[in-house]
Amino acid sequence: MQEAQSVSVKKKRKGLTLKAQRNLIGYLFVLPALLIFCIFVLIPLIMSVYLSFFESDMFFLSMEYVGFDNFAQVFQDSLYWTSILNILCYTLMAVPMNIILSMILALLVNSDRRGVKAYRFLFYLPSVTSTVAASTVWLWMMNTSYGLLNDIFALFGLPGGTWLTHSSTALVSVTLVTVWQGVGANMIIFVAALQNMPTQVYEAAKLDGAGPLTIFFRITFPLIAPTMYFILTMTLIGAFQLYDQIYVLTSGGPANATLTPVYLIWQNSFGTNAGRQAGYAAAQAFVLFLIIMIVNLLIRRLDKKVNG
Amino acid sequence: MTELKANTALPAPQDAAAQTPAPQLDPDAVRARRKRKAVRIVYLVLIYFVMSFLALAMVLPFYWSLITSLRPDSEIYALPITWFPSSFTIEHYTYVFETIPFWNMLANSLITTLVGVFTNLFFGSLAAYAFSKIRFTGHKIIFNIMLLSMMVPGVITLIPTFYVLLHFPFAGGNDILGNGGIGFYDNLGAVILPGCIGVYGIFFMRQFFASLPDDLAESARLDGANDFTIFFRIYLPLVIPGLLTLGIFTFQSGWNNFMWPNIVLQSPQNQLLTMAFKFFKTTLSTDYGPLMAISILMSIPIVIIFILMQKYFIRGVALGGIKD
Repeated sequence: MQEAQSVSVKKKRKGLTLKAQRNLIGYLFVLPALLIFCIFVLIPLIMSVYLSFFESDMFFLSMEYVGFDNFAQVFQDSLYWTSILNILCYTLMAVPMNIILSMILALLVNSDRRGVKAYRFLFYLPSVTSTVAASTVWLWMMNTSYGLLNDIFALFGLPGGTWLTHSSTALVSVTLVTVWQGVGANMIIFVAALQNMPTQVYEAAKLDGAGPLTIFFRITFPLIAPTMYFILTMTLIGAFQLYDQIYVLTSGGPANATLTPVYLIWQNSFGTNAGRQAGYAAAQAFVLFLIIMIVNLLIRRLDKKVNG
Repeated sequence: MTELKANTALPAPQDAAAQTPAPQLDPDAVRARRKRKAVRIVYLVLIYFVMSFLALAMVLPFYWSLITSLRPDSEIYALPITWFPSSFTIEHYTYVFETIPFWNMLANSLITTLVGVFTNLFFGSLAAYAFSKIRFTGHKIIFNIMLLSMMVPGVITLIPTFYVLLHFPFAGGNDILGNGGIGFYDNLGAVILPGCIGVYGIFFMRQFFASLPDDLAESARLDGANDFTIFFRIYLPLVIPGLLTLGIFTFQSGWNNFMWPNIVLQSPQNQLLTMAFKFFKTTLSTDYGPLMAISILMSIPIVIIFILMQKYFIRGVALGGIKD
């Protein structure tokens, strides 16, 4: 047994150079990941590019080449741009709210004060539960007749809100739900970043008589900027793909007020609108990708200006 | 109470000052210190007040779903709303168990999630190790292509992925060319396979391997250990905090997976728990009692896991989540 092994080692050394051996082992290690990546990411991506130039059903059966017609149609489709406008509005509300609130939460729980761990746990709890479960609960909380939120409003003498049932309030209500569920995760990342910070800097600043606000804006914020950029990018990418909450809370209504691009694309691919829309849905998805990339590039530019 | 304490503490330093004239004990300094202490107390009270208020807002939906799931319909749909149930019932839970194949769905959710956790951790760290420690030819290009793909929104590949699974060779009555059957349609494989090795996991674990020195392997290699032994015996034990964190992330996303299972799983006994709500929320009516019962049932496993793993979780994020 031992002999056989040593023979095989010798053979390997003779047959392959050290570099080739490393390559062989390296590729063996990444092979499963590479295989899955190719089958379920790379190949579908290429197929999707191909599909976007055809009028087709979702089974790739009766395909008819239409060139750039699908893309041209996307730019004239007012429903699509309604959904883009919705998601931009949503992003502009949800992302800053999420980041500011999670930052505040992180600052509150980043200490050794008594009971802080319990608070940290409670703040994170919504992030743990499933989006679907949380959304059904909020659907119930926002019920206009029997909902808890309107009851709380009444407690303070306020008139009941329309929440998800009116086009003027639906998107804000969805934002409320996603922010409630999203701040915990970002808070954890901020806490992690805060705990990695050098304590001497703070002590020096305190000795120099700096107040908490000065410390935050002059020391904490610049030091935490890379984390901020990471969170901003991740939250943005997530926000642009809003779907689960819409499925449960509003189905895109009322009057398309909460229709998001991903929900629309899903409808065109598999939902009630599906039919010969598969190619068109692919084109819609690529335009969405383009918009996400543009927004990300803008953020990166901003980051370069701020962080150098 | 605290004010009182400050007052009673006051005479002592003054006495001391009379006996030994130390500069820091003059009345002005004492007053300043007292003021500072009062400010700090007000500040603390304010912080705890804000934290408690926010915590209440975070927890209120959990409370509301719990009590809704435990009170009879006559009380759920009654005005004025009462904040505490006056009678308890488990009828919504029994109704859930009778109406949907709950245990099947629970098993499906557990299987897809746990298999996903295992494959992501195992194959993900294998690849991550190779990317950061073996540095084979082309490792940079492959890794960067994978990273770029994270930017691509998942909707782009919905239809093609569906096609690939439908025409998967030898699955669901398919021949070698992937024709003739239904492939992985309405099969848990359709949920497990596409998510079994995520790029995010590879990226995440690579951070951990990259922080370990290369020469750990040298002596073992001189002793004749092969790369698999080195990986399992030396490097893998050192990245356990990272594995635990990634495990929680993966469990969470698997447990919450909704959009894709909702597309590929057709029959109720093959569906996941996240799809259970659809049985009680139709276009015609929404039955909140059972819906809240499902929400509670779905939340229990993940909350338990989080409580058990909380310690590793925050540490893991701090160690590996945010370096670039």
